[in-house]
Amino acid sequence: MAGIRKEANTLRLIALLDPLTRPLLLLLVTAIDGILKPVQRRVGIDKMGYIFILPNLLIFGIFVLFPMLLNFYYAMTGGTRLFPEDRPFVGLDNFATLFDCENFTQPNSCQEDLFWRGVFNTVAYVVFQVSAIVLFSLITALVLNRQIVARGFFRSVFFYPVLLSPVVVALIWKWVLQHEGVLNGIIEILGGESKRWLLDPNWAMFWVVFVSVWALMGFYTLILLAGLQSIPPELYEASSIDGANGWQDFRFVTMPLLMPTMFVVLVLSLIRAVQMFDQIFVLTGGGPGTRTQLLVQYIYTTGFSNQIQLFGLSAAASMVLGVSLLILTLLQLRLGNQSSLA
Amino acid sequence: MQADRIRIGRFLSLRSGGARLNTADALTYLYLTLGTVLMFGPVLWLVASSFKTQAGLVKYPPPLLPYQQVQVNVEGYDDPLPLFTVTGDDGSTRELAQVRRVGIEAQMVDPANPDAERVKVNIRQREPVEEVKLAWENYLDPLIELENFDFFTYLKNSVLVTSVATAITLVINSMAAFALSKYRFKGRDAVFVLFISTLMIPITVILVPVFLVITSIGWKNNLWGVIIPGAATPTGIFLLRQYMLTIPDELLDAARIDGASEWHIYWRIILPLARPALAVLAIFSVMWRWNDFLWPLIVLSQNDYFTLQVGLNAFQGELQIQWHYVLAMTVVTLLPITLVFAFLQRFITTGIATTGMK
Repeated sequence: MAGIRKEANTLRLIALLDPLTRPLLLLLVTAIDGILKPVQRRVGIDKMGYIFILPNLLIFGIFVLFPMLLNFYYAMTGGTRLFPEDRPFVGLDNFATLFDCENFTQPNSCQEDLFWRGVFNTVAYVVFQVSAIVLFSLITALVLNRQIVARGFFRSVFFYPVLLSPVVVALIWKWVLQHEGVLNGIIEILGGESKRWLLDPNWAMFWVVFVSVWALMGFYTLILLAGLQSIPPELYEASSIDGANGWQDFRFVTMPLLMPTMFVVLVLSLIRAVQMFDQIFVLTGGGPGTRTQLLVQYIYTTGFSNQIQLFGLSAAASMVLGVSLLILTLLQLRLGNQSSLA
Repeated sequence: MQADRIRIGRFLSLRSGGARLNTADALTYLYLTLGTVLMFGPVLWLVASSFKTQAGLVKYPPPLLPYQQVQVNVEGYDDPLPLFTVTGDDGSTRELAQVRRVGIEAQMVDPANPDAERVKVNIRQREPVEEVKLAWENYLDPLIELENFDFFTYLKNSVLVTSVATAITLVINSMAAFALSKYRFKGRDAVFVLFISTLMIPITVILVPVFLVITSIGWKNNLWGVIIPGAATPTGIFLLRQYMLTIPDELLDAARIDGASEWHIYWRIILPLARPALAVLAIFSVMWRWNDFLWPLIVLSQNDYFTLQVGLNAFQGELQIQWHYVLAMTVVTLLPITLVFAFLQRFITTGIATTGMK
């Protein structure tokens, strides 16, 4: 009932705006038709495909394809000027700078130690964040898939943070975690000791991971829930006839059939975790020190926010990121094919 | 009454097969309750805190509700005076309004008897009288005037970017998807593969060259520089193309026999039929654009062009964070998305579950 009324209100609003927008839109559409009709007469129906794809292809070419190629060039030039003609060609120097390390396990020994700290922090972040996301979204999906009261409500509860912007998410938790914040308040009431969570080198990474799991978990829960619901109920009936218990149901029916979905979740969360930037940037700014500074923040700082803008180094680092994403994607295709064959 | 109680009891212990609540169910509901507190708690805490005054925010441990000190109008004084509970040396208490404070001594007056002599009280002997009151000024001040935070400009920019970018994305993506699904032309499959292969290449990987293109066009510190680069989304093309493949070609042929132009077919047949897919893409696009941060941060360096996300970040990064305003503006920023979610929740969740994208 309420839904119908809501819809009626929306329709009323549209109807209200309609006399204004409709003639304008009609004019525009007729004008385009007037331009395209002679074109169609000339090139024929089949070639109209080129016309329709043109605007998208143009934007794609200028803002995606061309920059992708140009990125190689930037990675091989030096200096601080933006325009390519002002930039001296340096070959692979930028990569040499990035990889100039006495000992790769010790970022201190590297020329670009911030880059390597970024790489190490990213690896640590990705490992913890992805495993936590897979674990908790699986548990949540299993719980939501049970016969529960108000499933729709609970599903929305876990999904809601997914929609919030990274800046908003970071500010919400910055406020909760600050020294005079509500978390310390609760801990002190319970007799614990308050901490400066985001300034504590041992805790900052934990909270960075925690907050991003909080914000993203609902998305993966939803995918897993869809996977669970596509498992035919007859299989559970059959297994219960065979006398299987709950654990055996999970181990021998749910898990094997959920594997493809789990794989999707793993790959998607992995690819997103490698690119993490905004939430951490607002929450800790990469601190304390460089404790939570990830690879993308290095790319941003080196190219755009430092006093001296080293575009070449930034582009080289972004190519390292691009190559890691490419490897992950290829791995997905490879393993994805295998798992669908199995 | 009795019947109600039985019904509620039965409802709470409801299970499949009608059996009573068991351990697994108890754990399930425990998990759901904890989850609800953890997911909603911080957001509710943000909203509650955003109604506290600057003085109220520094209280520790923080009270749940926004309290403010009671102010009273006392005859003979122009401004309202703050009210305190004063404990006398003998342990008796009474409520007095403070006229002024000198060092550790406060001069108080009895609001009921303003003509009586002022009482001098040690400040340790008084406690502020408080009431629950919402600090709307946290929301209203930034709307009127606040240094370094031009809320209306940021809001206008965010709305502009979100709506224009979404409109452009819908039009060009649907046109391209139409071409890719309903026409045979040379290079069609190559173009499709090219689009799709960039699905996994985020703008993060090509920041520097895109920045060059934007600067060359003169779109630095220009909202077009934020809107256009992300408009040709491969996700949108993929989603719309898959949907348009299900529209029967016979429909198009029939229209052609009736003399309809190709543009007419796109506008009058394809678009209306692809409405569900367009709606899903529209919701996603609104979400992407409203929440976008890194690219606007790079393109927009002047205050006048900031979007809400960039403005909010700059505002919270100041040396002295004005938390009372930051919190209120964070609430305003999350409000539109929350409303969209509340109305279109079912649409969004099924859309994501079936397309697997965000």
